[in-house]
This record gives sequence, structure tokens and C-alpha cells, in this order.
Amino acid sequence: MLHPVPHEFGSSDPIVEFRDVSCGYHGDAVITHIDLKIMPYDFVGLLGPSGAGKTTILRAIQGAVEIYDGDVLVDGASTRRRRPRAGYVPQLEAVDWNFPVTVEQVVLMGRAADGWLPWSSKEDREKASQIMERLGIAHLRNRHIRELSGGQQQRVFLSRALISSPRLLLLDEPTVAVDIKTRDDILHLLDELNHEGVTVIMTTHELNAVAAHLPWVVCLNRRIVAEGPPSQVYSPEVLKATYGADMAVVEYNGMKLVAEMPHFLGREGRGRIDATIGEED
Amino acid sequence: MFEPFEYEFFVRGIVATVMAGALCGLIGVYIVLRRMSYIGHGLSHAVFGGAVVSYIMSFNFYVGASIWGFMSALLINATTRRRPFIGADAAIGIITTASFALGIALISRYRSFTRNFDAALFGNILGVTNDDLFAIGAVTAMAFILLIAFYRKLLFTTFDPEAARVYGVSTEWIDTLFSLILAATIVVCMQVLGVTLIAAAIVIPPVTARLLTHSFSYVLVLSTLIGAISGLAGMYLSYYVDVSSGASIVLFAAALFAIAMLYSTVRERIDVARGAARRRLAVAHEDAGIFD
Repeated sequence: MLHPVPHEFGSSDPIVEFRDVSCGYHGDAVITHIDLKIMPYDFVGLLGPSGAGKTTILRAIQGAVEIYDGDVLVDGASTRRRRPRAGYVPQLEAVDWNFPVTVEQVVLMGRAADGWLPWSSKEDREKASQIMERLGIAHLRNRHIRELSGGQQQRVFLSRALISSPRLLLLDEPTVAVDIKTRDDILHLLDELNHEGVTVIMTTHELNAVAAHLPWVVCLNRRIVAEGPPSQVYSPEVLKATYGADMAVVEYNGMKLVAEMPHFLGREGRGRIDATIGEED
Repeated sequence: MFEPFEYEFFVRGIVATVMAGALCGLIGVYIVLRRMSYIGHGLSHAVFGGAVVSYIMSFNFYVGASIWGFMSALLINATTRRRPFIGADAAIGIITTASFALGIALISRYRSFTRNFDAALFGNILGVTNDDLFAIGAVTAMAFILLIAFYRKLLFTTFDPEAARVYGVSTEWIDTLFSLILAATIVVCMQVLGVTLIAAAIVIPPVTARLLTHSFSYVLVLSTLIGAISGLAGMYLSYYVDVSSGASIVLFAAALFAIAMLYSTVRERIDVARGAARRRLAVAHEDAGIFD
């Protein structure tokens, strides 16, 4: 079912705004001259091939990349002057799974910057319990993080992000390396959080899952190729410009979906692909 | 059994080794988890360069060598942060060996040296003075207080520095604080363990503790205890076996590591066997249900 909350440019100010931004690392711009507005309560998917700048956009929002041109504003303040506080869920591949920490210790890290006591406060531990309970990992609190399944690990880092009750949640490929059911559960959970008022921005390669769950997508390839609801954005032209490959788009239950395509179709060119789309329609 | 304790030099030595062992064990947890195991070895060499410069400039050894070590640690952090592709191990190799080479160059340039630097290289526990004890005690107390006070921020910074920054932890400040503690640790432990054995005293206890538990707080406690016990037992054994106390401490710690390794292997096999037994039992129950 499609998400009911639209991306509106109403009277409220954007929670995140990119103004003609070029940014990257060590003098090399990864994304160039992009303008982007993300409104409060949005649920946005950043799509694009590897190296397109999806993670760089998340890092720019965190104030963790070099800005060469333009400005990134979060809640109206430039990230050059003040690092914004946001809930952040990293790519699971980047986590050191041999690090000796339990589930509860990871969740409580989300409050590490607050308070001067060397131990977590009673309120923080109670909040951690509530969040772990909600995300179905309370029974795993004393387990080592490596002993969990991919979906459970994702929930641990989501719990860490939620313990500070953030208004803005950034997730770097939260659906990678999990099965379809787990992916669906994670996206439903994010949808619930979004309905509770959290602005969610996530990167992903899952085009069809995005079409089913997210109301707004931004297609990137070092610049913004297109943005809008998946039903409007998903077209062979936009996907070709984003991924540099021919992709067939089919309609199912009001959703535009990207069809898996036998390799020979790709080799034989667009005419054959369009014919396939026609047959599906 | 208590014969060695009749000698004042031995009692001073054993107090020094217990404190140095506990200190290295505690600091070592963060070093090993940051995958910078080589930094203990490298910084102890860098500090050697600082010690020579302090001597030439008639500067207090502890202050001069600490500043030198601190600057080296900051330089390593700055290099790896600004140029991540260099890698911590290469940055440690470049900066600390250059510092060590500077010490050697100065020794060969000023041949009128009368001071013996063997103690700095190989440790001289029997020559530990009350001033040395005071220095080790002060650094141990400072390290314990700071590491406890900043426990949560240090844990997060060590586990995931990028996320820690996003969550509002001042990771640069935490890294600087840790570099200061590390440099001071290396300087005061040089007298006891020597440049050559510090690395082992920093690496073995946390790795041993890691084999026994999955919890960070327990790793900290166990590693500190293993370091202290190795200092005590190694020093005590060195009296009877008549070997260098630094070598004896490290060999004792290595023996504890071997035992922990054996224990974790046996425990793993028992867990696997129990899991297999549970699965067989479940299948047997299922079969019984089918054929009933």
C-alpha cells in the first residue's frame, strides 16, 4: 500500500536543505551542484548506483564531508557551523562484529554524549528497554552482537538511533543482506516511525521495496537525476540516466516496479525491452 | 616463600610491576580494539628518541619523554585521520621509527654520552627508585580516573568513531586525551619493562581477556587483573628462576594467553557438541511423534 503522507512544500521550512552543494573527500567532489529539500515528516529513499553519492549525501547532512561549494542546512543551521544531532544507522558491513559489546551496550551508546556519569542513567536504561522491547530484541540484550541474525543486528543499530528520540533518522542501506520478510519488517517499522513524526532518509539499492513502502525517492548519479513519488519517477529513461543501464518498468497494483530482465534482452537493445513492457501492460 | 619480600628493592620492584602491568592491561584494551597493537611497540621507540633529547637539553626525563610521546601519538592520529589510505600501522611505523632514529643519531653525534640507555631499552626493575614508583602510581591513578570518567564516550569512539561523532561525542578531544594517557603510560613503564617488552604487556592481557568474555566492561576488568597478576607472578618467578624480570612477566602473560586459548577452544567444542545433541534429540522426538 502506498504511503499516505505526501512530500509537501508547504509553509514549514525544510528540515534538510542542500543549496547548490558540491562535496566529497580529499579535494575530489563526489556530488556536484545539487539542490535538494527534505521536509519534516518526509520518508525519502536515495537511489543510485555504487559511487553515485548516496552515502556522501548522508555524510554531508552529518557535517562529515568537505563542502566545496554551496551550503547544507539542517533545521536552518549550516552544518559548517554546527554538527547536527541525528539518529544514524551505519552500513552493517562497516561494523566491527568482533568488538566485545552486548546488544544493550550498543543501544546505550546512543546516549553516550549526554550526561557526565561514566555509567548509563536509570532513565536511559529504561528507555533502552522500552525500545528494545518495541523492536523485539529485549530478550537478546545480553547477547554479543555477532550472535544475532542480520535483521536483529539492524534492529540493534536502529534502537541505538532511536534512544535519543531523534527528529531526523539517517540509514545507510538498512535493507542490505537481509531476507525479504526481514526487509519488509524493517521498512514497515520505519514507516511506523515516520508516522510518529520522524523524518527518515535512507539509501538503498532495493528499487521495488522502495516503490512499495516509500512516498518519495531521489535518483542520484553524482547529481540529482529525478525526484518524486516512485510512481512518477520510475521510468526507463530516468533509470537509464541514473544507473546507465536499460531497465524495464512494469505496473502492478498501482505501483511502478522494475522488472528483472534476462541478460540477452539487455544485449539486444531498447526496442526489444519496450516490446516486453508492452506485453506486460 | 616470602624470602624475596625481605629485600626493599624487590618490594619496590613488585609494586612497580603490578601497577605497570595493570596500567598496560587497562590501556591495552582500547589499543587492541582500535587495531593499533603496534603502537605500544612504536611509541616506546619514539619515547626513546624523546628521552635522548631530554638528556641532551638537561630536561626532566619524565616530562620531556612524555611530551615527545604525546606529540608522536597526536601526529599518528592526525596522519591516519587526514590520509586514511596510509593506515594506522604505516603511520606508526614512519613516525615512531623516525623518532627512534633521531635518538640514535643524537647518541652517535654526541659521543661524550655518559648515561646508559640500556635501562630504557630492556628495563631495570631492580633500579626502580621511589621517584619512579611515584610516577607510575600517579599515571596509573590518572589513567584509571580518566578512563572511568570518560568510559561511555571512549567505548563509543573506539567502537565506531564515525557514528560517535554524529551522536555528539567529541571524538577528536577523546583521541587527544587517550594519546596523552598512552604517552604517559609508555614513559613510566619504560623503566620497568623496557622499550622492547612494553608492546607485549599492552597486547597480551586484553587479547587473553577477550577470549574469556564478550562484554566490554568485563574485558576491561579482566585485562587489568591479568596485567597486574602477570606483573606480580612474573616478578616473583624471576627471583627464583633467575631471569630478567621483564621477560619473566611477559612469558607469564603469554602462558595465561595459552591457557585461555585452550579453555576457549574446549568451550567452543562443548557448545558445538551440545547443539548437535539438542538437534538429535529434537529429531528423535519428531520421529517418535510420526511413528506413534
